[in-house]
Amino acid sequence: MQPAAEAIPTTRIPVRKQPGLRIAVKIAVTVILAAFAVLMMIPFLWMLSTSFKINAEVFRYPIEWIPKTWHWDNYKKVWTGPNAFGIYYLNSMKITSITVIGNLLTSAMAGFAFAKLRFKGREFLFLLYLSTMMIPGQVLLLPRFILFDHMRLINTHWSLILPGMFTVFGTFLLRQFFSTLPNELLEAARVDGAGFWRMFWQIALPLTKPALVTLMIITFNWHWNEYEGPLIFLRSRELFTIPLGLTTYVEEMGTNYVMTMAASVSSFIPLLIVVVIGQRWFVEGIASSGLKG
Amino acid sequence: MKRWRNSRVREQAAGYLFILPNFAGYVVFVLTPILFSLYLVFVDWEYLKGFAGIRWVGLDNFRELGNDPKFLHSLKNNVVFTAISVPASMIIGLLLAVLLNKYVYMRNTLRTIIFLPYMASLAAVSVIWSIMYNASSGPINAFLKSIGIAHPPGWLSSPQSALYAIIIMSVWMTIGYTMIIYLAGLQGISKDLYEAADIDGASKLRQLLQITVPMLSPTTFLILITQLIWSFQVFAPVAIMTQGGPIDSTMVLSYHIYLEAFRFYKMGYAAAMSWVLFAIIFVVTIVQWQGQRRWQNHF
Repeated sequence: MQPAAEAIPTTRIPVRKQPGLRIAVKIAVTVILAAFAVLMMIPFLWMLSTSFKINAEVFRYPIEWIPKTWHWDNYKKVWTGPNAFGIYYLNSMKITSITVIGNLLTSAMAGFAFAKLRFKGREFLFLLYLSTMMIPGQVLLLPRFILFDHMRLINTHWSLILPGMFTVFGTFLLRQFFSTLPNELLEAARVDGAGFWRMFWQIALPLTKPALVTLMIITFNWHWNEYEGPLIFLRSRELFTIPLGLTTYVEEMGTNYVMTMAASVSSFIPLLIVVVIGQRWFVEGIASSGLKG
Repeated sequence: MKRWRNSRVREQAAGYLFILPNFAGYVVFVLTPILFSLYLVFVDWEYLKGFAGIRWVGLDNFRELGNDPKFLHSLKNNVVFTAISVPASMIIGLLLAVLLNKYVYMRNTLRTIIFLPYMASLAAVSVIWSIMYNASSGPINAFLKSIGIAHPPGWLSSPQSALYAIIIMSVWMTIGYTMIIYLAGLQGISKDLYEAADIDGASKLRQLLQITVPMLSPTTFLILITQLIWSFQVFAPVAIMTQGGPIDSTMVLSYHIYLEAFRFYKMGYAAAMSWVLFAIIFVVTIVQWQGQRRWQNHF
Protein backbone atom coordinates (compact mmCIF):
# COMPACT_ATOMS: atom_id res chain seq x y z
CA MET A 1 0.00 0.00 0.00
CA GLN A 2 1.76 3.08 -1.20
CA PRO A 3 -0.73 5.87 -1.76
CA ALA A 4 1.95 8.53 -1.38
CA ALA A 5 3.90 7.27 -4.35
CA GLU A 6 0.75 7.30 -6.44
CA ALA A 7 -0.27 10.76 -5.27
CA ILE A 8 2.79 12.40 -6.75
CA PRO A 9 2.04 11.95 -10.45
CA THR A 10 -1.71 12.44 -10.16
CA THR A 11 -1.52 15.77 -8.35
CA ARG A 12 1.52 17.07 -10.12
CA ILE A 13 0.48 16.53 -13.69
CA PRO A 14 -2.83 18.44 -13.57
CA VAL A 15 -1.13 21.49 -12.07
CA ARG A 16 1.56 21.55 -14.72
CA LYS A 17 -0.60 20.64 -17.64
CA GLN A 18 -3.57 22.95 -17.28
CA PRO A 19 -2.39 26.31 -18.51
CA GLY A 20 -5.98 27.03 -19.57
CA LEU A 21 -7.18 26.78 -15.98
CA ARG A 22 -4.35 29.00 -14.78
CA ILE A 23 -5.24 31.68 -17.28
CA ALA A 24 -8.92 31.47 -16.36
CA VAL A 25 -8.06 31.90 -12.67
CA LYS A 26 -5.79 34.81 -13.49
CA ILE A 27 -8.48 36.56 -15.54
CA ALA A 28 -11.08 36.03 -12.82
CA VAL A 29 -8.80 37.39 -10.10
CA THR A 30 -7.84 40.35 -12.28
CA VAL A 31 -11.50 41.22 -12.78
CA ILE A 32 -12.23 40.96 -9.06
CA LEU A 33 -9.23 43.10 -8.11
CA ALA A 34 -10.02 45.65 -10.82
CA ALA A 35 -13.52 45.96 -9.34
CA PHE A 36 -11.95 46.39 -5.93
CA ALA A 37 -9.59 49.05 -7.28
CA VAL A 38 -12.56 50.97 -8.72
CA LEU A 39 -14.27 50.73 -5.34
CA MET A 40 -11.13 52.15 -3.73
CA MET A 41 -11.21 55.03 -6.19
CA ILE A 42 -14.85 55.95 -5.55
CA PRO A 43 -14.12 58.71 -3.00
CA PHE A 44 -11.69 60.33 -5.46
CA LEU A 45 -14.02 59.91 -8.44
CA TRP A 46 -16.91 61.33 -6.43
CA MET A 47 -14.75 64.29 -5.41
CA LEU A 48 -13.74 64.92 -9.01
CA SER A 49 -17.25 64.68 -10.37
CA THR A 50 -18.76 66.83 -7.58
CA SER A 51 -16.18 69.54 -8.10
CA PHE A 52 -17.66 70.31 -11.54
CA LYS A 53 -21.30 70.49 -10.40
CA ILE A 54 -23.56 73.07 -8.81
CA ASN A 55 -24.67 72.60 -5.20
CA ALA A 56 -28.21 71.53 -6.12
CA GLU A 57 -26.80 68.48 -7.93
CA VAL A 58 -24.35 67.28 -5.25
CA PHE A 59 -26.57 64.84 -3.37
CA ARG A 60 -28.69 63.64 -6.28
CA TYR A 61 -29.17 59.89 -6.33
CA PRO A 62 -28.45 57.80 -8.38
CA ILE A 63 -25.12 59.61 -8.50
CA GLU A 64 -24.49 61.47 -11.76
CA TRP A 65 -20.87 60.52 -12.26
CA ILE A 66 -20.58 62.67 -15.38
CA PRO A 67 -21.84 66.20 -14.65
CA LYS A 68 -24.51 67.44 -17.08
CA THR A 69 -22.64 70.68 -17.60
CA TRP A 70 -19.04 71.16 -16.55
CA HIS A 71 -18.72 74.12 -14.17
CA TRP A 72 -15.10 75.07 -14.57
CA ASP A 73 -15.78 78.34 -12.75
CA ASN A 74 -15.60 76.42 -9.42
CA TYR A 75 -11.89 76.03 -10.09
CA LYS A 76 -11.55 79.60 -11.22
CA LYS A 77 -12.89 80.71 -7.84
CA VAL A 78 -10.48 78.45 -5.94
CA TRP A 79 -7.42 79.64 -7.85
CA THR A 80 -8.17 83.38 -7.93
CA GLY A 81 -9.24 85.98 -5.38
CA PRO A 82 -7.75 86.96 -2.01
CA ASN A 83 -7.27 83.42 -0.69
CA ALA A 84 -6.17 81.82 -3.94
CA PHE A 85 -4.70 78.34 -3.70
CA GLY A 86 -1.44 79.26 -5.46
CA ILE A 87 0.12 80.71 -2.30
CA TYR A 88 -0.45 77.44 -0.39
CA TYR A 89 1.38 75.62 -3.15
CA LEU A 90 4.34 77.96 -2.98
CA ASN A 91 4.46 77.60 0.80
CA SER A 92 4.25 73.80 0.70
CA MET A 93 6.89 73.59 -2.02
CA LYS A 94 9.23 75.90 -0.14
CA ILE A 95 8.87 74.11 3.20
CA THR A 96 9.01 70.62 1.73
CA SER A 97 12.00 71.19 -0.55
CA ILE A 98 14.19 72.91 2.05
CA THR A 99 13.27 70.34 4.69
CA VAL A 100 13.85 67.32 2.46
CA ILE A 101 17.19 68.51 1.09
CA GLY A 102 18.42 69.68 4.49
CA ASN A 103 17.38 66.45 6.13
CA LEU A 104 19.04 64.31 3.46
CA LEU A 105 22.29 66.22 3.85
CA THR A 106 22.55 66.30 7.65
CA SER A 107 21.29 62.71 7.97
CA ALA A 108 23.71 61.42 5.35
CA MET A 109 26.68 63.16 6.99
CA ALA A 110 25.80 61.94 10.47
CA GLY A 111 24.87 58.48 9.21
CA PHE A 112 28.21 58.21 7.42
CA ALA A 113 30.11 59.24 10.54
CA PHE A 114 28.19 56.79 12.73
CA ALA A 115 28.81 53.96 10.28
CA LYS A 116 32.30 54.56 8.95
CA LEU A 117 34.35 56.98 11.07
CA ARG A 118 35.94 56.08 14.40
CA PHE A 119 35.72 58.74 17.07
CA LYS A 120 35.35 58.88 20.83
CA GLY A 121 31.77 58.75 22.10
CA ARG A 122 30.35 57.35 18.87
CA GLU A 123 28.55 54.44 20.51
CA PHE A 124 27.17 56.64 23.27
CA LEU A 125 25.85 59.25 20.84
CA PHE A 126 24.26 56.61 18.66
CA LEU A 127 22.55 55.05 21.68
CA LEU A 128 21.29 58.49 22.63
CA TYR A 129 19.80 58.87 19.14
CA LEU A 130 18.21 55.44 19.28
CA SER A 131 16.69 56.01 22.69
CA THR A 132 14.82 59.08 21.45
CA MET A 133 13.66 57.60 18.16
CA MET A 134 10.44 56.22 19.56
CA ILE A 135 9.30 59.44 21.21
CA PRO A 136 6.08 60.40 19.39
CA GLY A 137 5.56 63.78 17.74
CA GLN A 138 2.94 64.79 20.29
CA VAL A 139 5.56 64.79 23.05
CA LEU A 140 7.84 67.06 21.00
CA LEU A 141 5.24 69.50 19.64
CA LEU A 142 4.44 71.03 22.99
CA PRO A 143 7.96 71.95 24.20
CA ARG A 144 8.85 72.97 20.64
CA PHE A 145 5.94 75.38 20.68
CA ILE A 146 7.29 76.96 23.87
CA LEU A 147 10.81 77.03 22.43
CA PHE A 148 9.68 78.66 19.18
CA ASP A 149 7.55 81.09 21.14
CA HIS A 150 10.72 82.31 22.87
CA MET A 151 12.76 82.24 19.67
CA ARG A 152 9.98 84.27 18.02
CA LEU A 153 9.60 81.62 15.36
CA ILE A 154 5.87 81.00 15.82
CA ASN A 155 4.02 81.91 12.65
CA THR A 156 7.12 81.51 10.47
CA HIS A 157 7.99 78.70 8.09
CA TRP A 158 11.15 78.09 10.09
CA SER A 159 9.05 76.53 12.86
CA LEU A 160 8.28 73.73 10.40
CA ILE A 161 11.54 73.63 8.46
CA LEU A 162 14.06 73.58 11.30
CA PRO A 163 12.81 70.54 13.23
CA GLY A 164 12.39 68.65 9.96
CA MET A 165 15.98 69.19 8.89
CA PHE A 166 17.58 67.17 11.68
CA THR A 167 15.83 63.86 12.11
CA VAL A 168 16.84 60.84 14.12
CA PHE A 169 14.93 58.58 11.75
CA GLY A 170 16.88 59.77 8.69
CA THR A 171 20.21 59.39 10.45
CA PHE A 172 19.31 55.90 11.58
CA LEU A 173 18.07 54.80 8.15
CA LEU A 174 21.17 56.04 6.32
CA ARG A 175 23.55 54.79 9.01
CA GLN A 176 22.14 51.29 8.51
CA PHE A 177 22.72 51.60 4.80
CA PHE A 178 26.26 53.01 5.04
CA SER A 179 27.15 50.13 7.37
CA THR A 180 26.59 47.66 4.54
CA LEU A 181 29.25 49.31 2.34
CA PRO A 182 32.55 47.37 2.42
CA ASN A 183 35.32 49.13 4.36
CA GLU A 184 37.89 48.13 1.70
CA LEU A 185 36.27 50.54 -0.71
CA LEU A 186 36.89 53.49 1.57
CA GLU A 187 40.36 52.26 2.56
CA ALA A 188 41.33 52.12 -1.09
CA ALA A 189 40.22 55.71 -1.59
CA ARG A 190 42.21 56.68 1.46
CA VAL A 191 45.37 55.09 0.14
CA ASP A 192 44.84 57.15 -3.00
CA GLY A 193 44.95 60.21 -0.79
CA ALA A 194 41.26 61.12 -0.73
CA GLY A 195 40.11 63.23 2.21
CA PHE A 196 37.08 62.24 4.32
CA TRP A 197 34.78 64.65 2.52
CA ARG A 198 35.72 63.17 -0.85
CA MET A 199 35.27 59.65 0.51
CA PHE A 200 31.80 60.65 1.62
CA TRP A 201 30.74 62.75 -1.34
CA GLN A 202 32.27 60.87 -4.26
CA ILE A 203 32.30 57.26 -3.10
CA ALA A 204 29.85 56.54 -0.27
CA LEU A 205 27.00 58.86 -1.29
CA PRO A 206 26.58 57.67 -4.90
CA LEU A 207 26.38 54.10 -3.61
CA THR A 208 23.53 54.93 -1.22
CA LYS A 209 21.19 56.30 -3.88
CA PRO A 210 18.39 53.79 -3.17
CA ALA A 211 18.39 54.67 0.53
CA LEU A 212 18.48 58.38 -0.26
CA VAL A 213 15.51 58.02 -2.58
CA THR A 214 13.63 56.12 0.10
CA LEU A 215 14.31 58.80 2.70
CA MET A 216 13.44 61.51 0.22
CA ILE A 217 10.06 60.00 -0.57
CA ILE A 218 9.13 59.34 3.04
CA THR A 219 10.06 62.85 4.15
CA PHE A 220 8.42 64.41 1.11
CA ASN A 221 5.19 62.54 1.79
CA TRP A 222 5.34 63.45 5.47
CA HIS A 223 5.98 67.19 5.09
CA TRP A 224 3.74 67.68 2.08
CA ASN A 225 0.78 66.16 3.93
CA GLU A 226 1.52 67.20 7.50
CA TYR A 227 -1.41 68.79 9.26
CA GLU A 228 -0.79 69.06 13.01
CA GLY A 229 2.48 71.05 12.86
CA PRO A 230 1.17 73.81 10.56
CA LEU A 231 -2.09 73.93 12.55
CA ILE A 232 -0.17 74.67 15.73
CA PHE A 233 2.69 76.84 14.47
CA LEU A 234 1.13 78.94 11.68
CA ARG A 235 -1.37 81.76 12.22
CA SER A 236 -1.38 83.93 9.10
CA ARG A 237 -3.32 82.74 6.12
CA GLU A 238 -0.60 83.70 3.65
CA LEU A 239 1.82 81.27 5.37
CA PHE A 240 -0.48 78.23 5.32
CA THR A 241 0.47 74.96 3.64
CA ILE A 242 -1.88 73.07 1.32
CA PRO A 243 -3.59 70.83 3.93
CA LEU A 244 -4.17 73.71 6.34
CA GLY A 245 -5.22 76.07 3.54
CA LEU A 246 -7.68 73.42 2.38
CA THR A 247 -9.33 72.82 5.76
CA THR A 248 -9.55 76.55 6.48
CA TYR A 249 -11.21 77.08 3.12
CA VAL A 250 -13.58 74.20 3.76
CA GLU A 251 -14.61 75.67 7.12
CA GLU A 252 -15.44 78.97 5.45
CA MET A 253 -17.39 77.35 2.64
CA GLY A 254 -19.59 75.40 5.07
CA THR A 255 -22.15 73.52 3.00
CA ASN A 256 -20.92 74.92 -0.30
CA TYR A 257 -19.79 71.42 -1.21
CA VAL A 258 -18.86 72.00 -4.83
CA MET A 259 -16.28 74.58 -3.81
CA THR A 260 -15.05 72.28 -1.07
CA MET A 261 -14.52 69.52 -3.60
CA ALA A 262 -12.91 71.79 -6.18
CA ALA A 263 -10.46 72.83 -3.46
CA SER A 264 -9.81 69.19 -2.50
CA VAL A 265 -9.11 68.27 -6.10
CA SER A 266 -6.79 71.27 -6.36
CA SER A 267 -4.93 70.13 -3.26
CA PHE A 268 -4.58 66.59 -4.51
CA ILE A 269 -4.12 66.45 -8.28
CA PRO A 270 -0.47 67.59 -8.54
CA LEU A 271 0.58 65.01 -5.97
CA LEU A 272 -1.38 62.40 -7.89
CA ILE A 273 0.52 63.25 -11.07
CA VAL A 274 3.85 63.03 -9.26
CA VAL A 275 2.93 59.65 -7.76
CA VAL A 276 1.71 58.17 -11.03
CA ILE A 277 4.79 59.34 -12.94
CA GLY A 278 7.19 58.17 -10.24
CA GLN A 279 5.16 55.14 -9.14
CA ARG A 280 8.11 52.79 -9.24
CA TRP A 281 10.11 55.11 -6.99
CA PHE A 282 7.28 55.70 -4.58
CA VAL A 283 6.24 52.11 -4.24
CA GLU A 284 9.77 50.79 -3.88
CA GLY A 285 10.80 53.65 -1.64
CA ILE A 286 8.00 52.99 0.82
CA ALA A 287 8.48 49.23 0.59
CA SER A 288 12.20 49.30 1.34
CA SER A 289 11.77 51.72 4.23
CA GLY A 290 9.46 49.14 5.70
CA LEU A 291 11.96 46.37 5.37
CA LYS A 292 14.97 48.20 6.71
CA GLY A 293 13.55 50.82 9.05
CA MET B 1 54.00 56.05 13.97
CA LYS B 2 53.50 59.75 13.97
CA ARG B 3 51.68 59.61 10.69
CA TRP B 4 49.38 56.91 12.03
CA ARG B 5 48.48 58.93 15.08
CA ASN B 6 47.98 61.96 12.93
CA SER B 7 45.51 60.11 10.73
CA ARG B 8 43.59 58.85 13.79
CA VAL B 9 43.30 62.40 15.07
CA ARG B 10 42.10 63.56 11.69
CA GLU B 11 39.50 60.81 11.58
CA GLN B 12 38.24 61.83 15.03
CA ALA B 13 37.97 65.43 13.93
CA ALA B 14 36.20 64.43 10.73
CA GLY B 15 33.78 62.30 12.73
CA TYR B 16 32.78 65.20 14.95
CA LEU B 17 32.50 67.59 12.02
CA PHE B 18 30.28 65.19 10.06
CA ILE B 19 27.98 64.71 13.01
CA LEU B 20 27.92 68.33 14.10
CA PRO B 21 25.12 69.76 11.90
CA ASN B 22 22.72 66.95 12.68
CA PHE B 23 23.73 66.75 16.34
CA ALA B 24 23.34 70.50 16.90
CA GLY B 25 19.83 70.32 15.46
CA TYR B 26 19.14 67.20 17.49
CA VAL B 27 20.13 68.92 20.75
CA VAL B 28 18.02 72.00 20.05
CA PHE B 29 14.93 70.45 18.48
CA VAL B 30 14.78 66.96 19.97
CA LEU B 31 16.81 66.46 23.14
CA THR B 32 16.13 69.78 24.86
CA PRO B 33 12.39 69.66 24.11
CA ILE B 34 12.24 66.12 25.50
CA LEU B 35 13.99 67.09 28.74
CA PHE B 36 11.90 70.23 29.07
CA SER B 37 8.73 68.24 28.50
CA LEU B 38 9.78 65.82 31.26
CA TYR B 39 10.03 68.81 33.58
CA LEU B 40 6.67 70.22 32.46
CA VAL B 41 4.97 67.03 33.59
CA PHE B 42 5.50 68.11 37.22
CA VAL B 43 4.31 71.70 36.94
CA ASP B 44 1.19 73.74 36.57
CA TRP B 45 1.86 76.62 34.23
CA GLU B 46 -0.27 79.68 33.63
CA TYR B 47 1.34 80.06 30.26
CA LEU B 48 0.38 83.64 29.52
CA LYS B 49 2.24 84.85 32.62
CA GLY B 50 5.52 83.54 31.24
CA PHE B 51 8.02 81.65 33.40
CA ALA B 52 6.66 83.40 36.51
CA GLY B 53 3.44 81.41 36.06
CA ILE B 54 5.14 78.06 36.70
CA ARG B 55 4.24 76.22 39.91
CA TRP B 56 5.66 72.85 40.97
CA VAL B 57 2.84 70.39 41.61
CA GLY B 58 4.61 67.04 41.77
CA LEU B 59 2.46 64.20 40.53
CA ASP B 60 -0.81 66.16 40.58
CA ASN B 61 -1.07 66.15 36.79
CA PHE B 62 -1.10 62.36 36.74
CA ARG B 63 -3.62 62.24 39.59
CA GLU B 64 -5.85 64.58 37.61
CA LEU B 65 -5.62 62.26 34.61
CA GLY B 66 -7.24 59.45 36.58
CA ASN B 67 -10.25 61.67 37.32
CA ASP B 68 -10.60 63.10 33.83
CA PRO B 69 -13.46 61.32 32.06
CA LYS B 70 -12.35 62.81 28.75
CA PHE B 71 -8.92 61.23 29.16
CA LEU B 72 -10.33 57.81 30.02
CA HIS B 73 -12.69 58.12 27.09
CA SER B 74 -9.77 58.97 24.79
CA LEU B 75 -7.84 55.93 25.97
CA LYS B 76 -10.79 53.68 25.28
CA ASN B 77 -11.35 55.19 21.84
CA ASN B 78 -7.67 54.84 20.94
CA VAL B 79 -7.78 51.17 21.90
CA VAL B 80 -10.98 50.50 19.92
CA PHE B 81 -9.63 52.41 16.92
CA THR B 82 -6.38 50.46 16.94
CA ALA B 83 -7.87 47.06 17.74
CA ILE B 84 -10.18 47.23 14.72
CA SER B 85 -8.33 49.28 12.13
CA VAL B 86 -4.90 47.65 12.39
CA PRO B 87 -5.93 43.98 12.02
CA ALA B 88 -8.50 44.84 9.34
CA SER B 89 -5.96 46.75 7.30
CA MET B 90 -3.38 43.98 7.69
CA ILE B 91 -5.67 41.13 6.68
CA ILE B 92 -7.01 42.94 3.60
CA GLY B 93 -3.51 44.10 2.69
CA LEU B 94 -2.13 40.57 2.94
CA LEU B 95 -4.90 39.11 0.77
CA LEU B 96 -4.38 41.78 -1.86
CA ALA B 97 -0.63 41.24 -1.83
CA VAL B 98 -0.95 37.47 -2.27
CA LEU B 99 -3.34 37.89 -5.19
CA LEU B 100 -1.33 40.69 -6.81
CA ASN B 101 1.90 38.76 -6.44
CA LYS B 102 0.87 35.85 -8.63
CA TYR B 103 -2.61 35.76 -9.99
CA VAL B 104 -3.26 38.95 -11.93
CA TYR B 105 -2.64 40.82 -15.14
CA MET B 106 -1.95 44.59 -15.02
CA ARG B 107 -0.21 44.12 -11.71
CA ASN B 108 1.51 47.52 -11.54
CA THR B 109 -1.60 49.47 -12.48
CA LEU B 110 -3.72 47.77 -9.84
CA ARG B 111 -0.98 48.17 -7.27
CA THR B 112 -0.65 51.89 -7.90
CA ILE B 113 -4.40 52.50 -7.73
CA ILE B 114 -4.81 50.67 -4.44
CA PHE B 115 -1.74 52.43 -3.06
CA LEU B 116 -2.98 55.90 -4.03
CA PRO B 117 -5.11 56.72 -0.94
CA TYR B 118 -2.05 56.21 1.25
CA MET B 119 -0.19 58.97 -0.59
CA ALA B 120 -3.08 61.45 -0.32
CA SER B 121 -3.12 63.94 2.52
CA LEU B 122 -5.24 63.00 5.52
CA ALA B 123 -6.67 66.51 5.41
CA ALA B 124 -8.05 66.16 1.87
CA VAL B 125 -9.24 62.63 2.51
CA SER B 126 -11.03 63.69 5.70
CA VAL B 127 -12.77 66.51 3.86
CA ILE B 128 -14.04 64.18 1.12
CA TRP B 129 -15.23 61.46 3.47
CA SER B 130 -16.98 63.83 5.84
CA ILE B 131 -19.23 64.98 2.99
CA MET B 132 -19.78 61.45 1.72
CA TYR B 133 -20.78 60.44 5.27
CA ASN B 134 -23.47 63.15 5.39
CA ALA B 135 -26.25 61.32 7.27
CA SER B 136 -29.36 62.78 5.66
CA SER B 137 -28.38 62.97 2.02
CA GLY B 138 -24.75 61.86 1.49
CA PRO B 139 -24.00 59.32 -1.23
CA ILE B 140 -23.15 56.54 1.22
CA ASN B 141 -26.51 56.62 2.97
CA ALA B 142 -28.32 57.24 -0.30
CA PHE B 143 -26.78 54.02 -1.56
CA LEU B 144 -27.62 52.13 1.63
CA LYS B 145 -31.25 53.29 1.44
CA SER B 146 -31.45 52.30 -2.21
CA ILE B 147 -30.49 48.72 -1.36
CA GLY B 148 -33.24 48.54 1.25
CA ILE B 149 -31.62 49.65 4.51
CA ALA B 150 -34.31 51.94 5.88
CA HIS B 151 -32.32 53.34 8.79
CA PRO B 152 -28.63 53.58 7.85
CA PRO B 153 -26.17 54.73 10.53
CA GLY B 154 -25.79 58.43 11.24
CA TRP B 155 -22.04 58.08 10.69
CA LEU B 156 -20.21 61.19 11.91
CA SER B 157 -23.32 62.75 13.44
CA SER B 158 -24.10 59.86 15.76
CA PRO B 159 -22.05 58.93 18.84
CA GLN B 160 -22.72 55.24 18.13
CA SER B 161 -21.11 55.26 14.71
CA ALA B 162 -18.71 58.22 14.48
CA LEU B 163 -15.63 56.32 15.63
CA TYR B 164 -16.41 53.46 13.23
CA ALA B 165 -16.82 55.91 10.38
CA ILE B 166 -13.29 57.16 11.00
CA ILE B 167 -12.03 53.58 11.33
CA ILE B 168 -13.47 52.64 7.92
CA MET B 169 -11.81 55.63 6.31
CA SER B 170 -8.49 54.87 7.93
CA VAL B 171 -8.58 51.23 6.81
CA TRP B 172 -9.33 52.42 3.28
CA MET B 173 -6.31 54.64 3.49
CA THR B 174 -3.80 52.22 4.99
CA ILE B 175 -4.44 48.97 3.09
CA GLY B 176 -2.25 50.38 0.30
CA TYR B 177 0.64 50.59 2.74
CA THR B 178 0.21 47.13 4.25
CA MET B 179 -0.20 45.67 0.75
CA ILE B 180 3.04 47.24 -0.49
CA ILE B 181 5.06 46.03 2.47
CA TYR B 182 3.56 42.54 2.23
CA LEU B 183 4.34 42.46 -1.49
CA ALA B 184 7.98 43.23 -0.70
CA GLY B 185 7.95 40.50 1.94
CA LEU B 186 6.50 37.98 -0.52
CA GLN B 187 9.38 38.54 -2.93
CA GLY B 188 11.67 37.12 -0.27
CA ILE B 189 9.96 33.73 0.02
CA SER B 190 11.68 30.97 -1.95
CA LYS B 191 9.63 29.41 -4.77
CA ASP B 192 11.03 25.99 -3.86
CA LEU B 193 8.76 25.87 -0.81
CA TYR B 194 5.65 26.17 -2.97
CA GLU B 195 6.93 23.68 -5.53
CA ALA B 196 7.59 21.15 -2.79
CA ALA B 197 4.09 21.76 -1.42
CA ASP B 198 2.62 21.31 -4.91
CA ILE B 199 4.36 17.98 -5.20
CA ASP B 200 2.98 16.93 -1.83
CA GLY B 201 -0.46 17.88 -3.08
CA ALA B 202 -1.11 20.67 -0.58
CA SER B 203 -4.03 22.92 -1.54
CA LYS B 204 -3.48 26.61 -2.26
CA LEU B 205 -5.31 27.56 0.91
CA ARG B 206 -3.06 25.28 2.98
CA GLN B 207 -0.01 26.75 1.26
CA LEU B 208 -1.21 30.23 2.18
CA LEU B 209 -1.77 29.33 5.82
CA GLN B 210 1.23 27.05 6.33
CA ILE B 211 3.92 28.59 4.11
CA THR B 212 3.06 32.18 3.23
CA VAL B 213 1.75 33.39 6.56
CA PRO B 214 4.55 31.92 8.73
CA MET B 215 7.29 32.96 6.32
CA LEU B 216 5.92 36.49 6.36
CA SER B 217 6.01 36.81 10.13
CA PRO B 218 8.93 39.30 10.23
CA THR B 219 7.02 41.49 7.76
CA THR B 220 3.86 41.10 9.80
CA PHE B 221 5.59 42.26 12.97
CA LEU B 222 7.09 45.21 11.17
CA ILE B 223 3.70 46.33 9.82
CA LEU B 224 2.09 45.68 13.18
CA ILE B 225 4.54 47.95 14.98
CA THR B 226 4.43 50.82 12.46
CA GLN B 227 0.64 50.65 12.21
CA LEU B 228 0.13 50.48 15.98
CA ILE B 229 2.34 53.52 16.50
CA TRP B 230 0.60 55.36 13.71
CA SER B 231 -2.90 54.55 14.90
CA PHE B 232 -2.24 55.57 18.49
CA GLN B 233 -1.21 58.99 17.19
CA VAL B 234 -4.22 59.50 14.92
CA PHE B 235 -5.01 63.22 14.82
CA ALA B 236 -6.03 64.85 11.54
CA PRO B 237 -9.25 62.86 10.85
CA VAL B 238 -10.55 63.58 14.34
CA ALA B 239 -9.56 67.25 14.21
CA ILE B 240 -11.15 67.76 10.80
CA MET B 241 -14.16 65.45 10.78
CA THR B 242 -15.54 65.47 14.31
CA GLN B 243 -13.43 67.58 16.73
CA GLY B 244 -13.71 64.67 19.13
CA GLY B 245 -17.53 64.64 19.12
CA PRO B 246 -20.36 63.93 19.12
CA ILE B 247 -20.27 63.81 22.94
CA ASP B 248 -16.60 62.74 23.02
CA SER B 249 -17.32 59.57 21.05
CA THR B 250 -14.26 60.16 18.86
CA MET B 251 -12.03 61.90 21.41
CA VAL B 252 -8.52 60.44 21.12
CA LEU B 253 -5.33 61.14 23.06
CA SER B 254 -3.56 63.23 20.45
CA TYR B 255 -6.56 65.50 19.98
CA HIS B 256 -7.15 65.79 23.72
CA ILE B 257 -3.49 66.79 24.14
CA TYR B 258 -3.88 69.35 21.37
CA LEU B 259 -6.94 70.90 23.02
CA GLU B 260 -5.40 71.07 26.50
CA ALA B 261 -2.10 72.50 25.23
CA PHE B 262 -3.04 74.87 22.44
CA ARG B 263 -6.61 75.85 23.25
CA PHE B 264 -6.49 75.98 27.05
CA TYR B 265 -2.71 76.40 27.42
CA LYS B 266 -2.56 73.79 30.19
CA MET B 267 1.01 72.87 29.26
CA GLY B 268 1.83 70.72 32.29
CA TYR B 269 -1.31 68.65 32.05
CA ALA B 270 -0.96 68.21 28.28
CA ALA B 271 2.70 67.21 28.68
CA ALA B 272 1.72 64.56 31.24
CA MET B 273 -0.81 63.19 28.79
CA SER B 274 1.73 63.13 25.95
CA TRP B 275 4.05 61.00 28.08
CA VAL B 276 1.21 58.59 28.77
CA LEU B 277 0.87 58.29 25.00
CA PHE B 278 4.59 57.60 24.77
CA ALA B 279 4.37 54.98 27.53
CA ILE B 280 1.61 53.16 25.68
CA ILE B 281 3.56 53.17 22.41
CA PHE B 282 6.69 52.04 24.22
CA VAL B 283 5.02 49.15 26.02
CA VAL B 284 3.21 48.00 22.89
CA THR B 285 6.46 48.03 20.91
CA ILE B 286 8.41 46.12 23.56
CA VAL B 287 5.68 43.52 23.83
CA GLN B 288 5.78 43.13 20.04
CA TRP B 289 9.54 42.66 20.07
CA GLN B 290 9.32 39.99 22.74
CA GLY B 291 6.47 38.33 20.90
CA GLN B 292 8.46 38.33 17.69
CA ARG B 293 11.46 36.67 19.36
CA ARG B 294 9.37 33.95 20.91
CA TRP B 295 7.42 33.42 17.69
CA GLN B 296 10.58 33.10 15.60
CA ASN B 297 12.05 30.56 18.00
CA HIS B 298 9.25 28.22 17.04
CA PHE B 299 10.66 27.87 13.54
